[in-house]
Amino acid sequence: MEYFLTEQQKTIKGLARRLAEERIRPVRAELDEKEEFPWAIIKDLAAADLFRVFIPEQYEGLGGGCFELCLVVEELSRVCSGVAVSYAASALGTYILMDYGSEEQKQKYLPDVASGRKLTAFALTEPTAGSDASAIRTTAGKVSGGYLLNGTKQFITNGGEAELYTVIALTDKAKGARGASALLVEKGTPGFTFGKKEKKLGIRASATRELVFKNCLIPEGNIIGRAGMGFIMTMRLLDRSRPGIGAQAVGLAQGALEAAVDYTEQRVQFGHPLISLPVVQDKLAGMAILVEAARALVYAAARTTDSGVKSFTEESAMAKVFASDAAMKVTTEAVQVCGGAGYMKDYPLEKMMRDAKITQIYEGSNEVLRNAIAISLRKRKARTP
Amino acid sequence: MNVVVCLKQVPGTTEVKIDPQTNTLIRQGIKNIINPFDTYALEEGVRLKEKHSGRVTVITMGPPQAEEALREAISLGADEAVLLSDHAFAGADTWATAYTLSLAVRKLGADIIICGRQTLDGDTGQVGPELAEMLKLPFIAYVSQIEEIAEGHIRVRRMIEEGHEVMETTLPAVITVVKEINVPRLPSLRGIARSKSAPIPVWDAATLGAAKDKIGLAGSCTRVIKVFFPKRVSRGEKLEGDLKSQVEKLINKLKEANLI
Repeated sequence: MEYFLTEQQKTIKGLARRLAEERIRPVRAELDEKEEFPWAIIKDLAAADLFRVFIPEQYEGLGGGCFELCLVVEELSRVCSGVAVSYAASALGTYILMDYGSEEQKQKYLPDVASGRKLTAFALTEPTAGSDASAIRTTAGKVSGGYLLNGTKQFITNGGEAELYTVIALTDKAKGARGASALLVEKGTPGFTFGKKEKKLGIRASATRELVFKNCLIPEGNIIGRAGMGFIMTMRLLDRSRPGIGAQAVGLAQGALEAAVDYTEQRVQFGHPLISLPVVQDKLAGMAILVEAARALVYAAARTTDSGVKSFTEESAMAKVFASDAAMKVTTEAVQVCGGAGYMKDYPLEKMMRDAKITQIYEGSNEVLRNAIAISLRKRKARTP
Repeated sequence: MNVVVCLKQVPGTTEVKIDPQTNTLIRQGIKNIINPFDTYALEEGVRLKEKHSGRVTVITMGPPQAEEALREAISLGADEAVLLSDHAFAGADTWATAYTLSLAVRKLGADIIICGRQTLDGDTGQVGPELAEMLKLPFIAYVSQIEEIAEGHIRVRRMIEEGHEVMETTLPAVITVVKEINVPRLPSLRGIARSKSAPIPVWDAATLGAAKDKIGLAGSCTRVIKVFFPKRVSRGEKLEGDLKSQVEKLINKLKEANLI
């Protein structure tokens, strides 16, 4: 399918693919097995300027948007979704700062994010607050000289590895969600420690960890934007980042489709390659259709997000839901057509199937997002006379 | 630290076909690449610059399309590039090539000149040492690690057949590097952007002030008379019989050869 990429976008996509093939493919099985954070690859991504893609030019970035980020995530995920999410999480941890941060904050932090010297992370989820993000309990009470952060964040991607964290906490407990604010927290701040490192079904190269804050003093200057805006900032952030999860799913599904075609072409049974059997062809065709449809929707949603329209909640939710469901289906079918080989760890497909599952869960479970789409439908109906 | 890296554009395959009529390489249909050994030279040059500041200039002698290789080198971190190109350079052997490169290095000036150990196509490994000779500079081949480099002095580890040696010399100097020295980086997005617009000057024989009888075919001391692939001869000997007699035969042979 022709997606009319600019020269710059083609260059970004091509370089991300080359890096994935040369630097990630040879080590992806080992990273998955050892649950090892891919620092060497993060350094390669940084040296290739890929962290600059989503940062504005005035902060040493290349000025790309959600679409360019999606191109990189897709290509990395085609080879290893665990690496892709470690990269993408650094964008997630930076968007609120880019959108609402002061000039001083942006000057201070963004060049290091662009160069890849610092990874970032976004911290919202807590033991009591998952889909119901408004139920967070972490507090950041106002004290002289700043905010005193107390509480625990859970399942934080890039936790422990990132240098800079965007943490959502209640600066005014009485106001509930309207009392939430976004704070920039640097690793090494006294009172900020890391808890349990999670063991996961998939995306095992990525780090998922608990953040623990005990009387952690955050300087006044580290609050992003206005106090009380944290929840609204978060909702907008997730609307903007969801096409990225879609891109992760598209890359995964693409990688699985390619591996399935390779295997079924080589594998001979009953005197013919598997790919010549109509039942296998039917499955492969179905997979290819899903991959392309998902890609088209993700690209369209990413472009909508970058276009400057006011609201893109529905579009980005649709892209994330459709692409992640497609990735789960395509990777499962890919394992199926490869039979025993698909199930074995010597082949990449079982990993892809494990990696796919999370895309239906994080950054808004597909059920919560379907709910959000339905709410939009009802609102629109109510507005129509 | 000003570094000059010499590189060559070569056909991107180790199985080069040779035209039996002209004894030259058949280049049609083969994608050209930077000679792989030269990519290690470039990477080492860029690392020196990153650590000690300065500039990396890449030079190549070749036809106009060799500019692609120079642009790629810029995407990989080189600051500037110069193409040495002139019809009069055609047909140069290693001697005439080294002479031409030496004129360019003199014109540019450098603290260190880095070359790959040999090329994929010519495979002679002669241009590096000849270049040093013509520049009257110290030369160290097969460098696998730069241990120390400072004002006017360098200490390196070089590969030899039995292991490695540590050598020191004064700067400026010429070194050739082996693939063990580093892992070349991938291009960067900023590098690619810069490589597209960077001006690449072309220096011809006149610019270099080259003597006509020292360049190209006229300046070459060697002529390629014939190019052929050696026949593969299997020279092993199979010992027959049961295990015991095979072992006896083997021991006798080793004794005959004075090996045991």
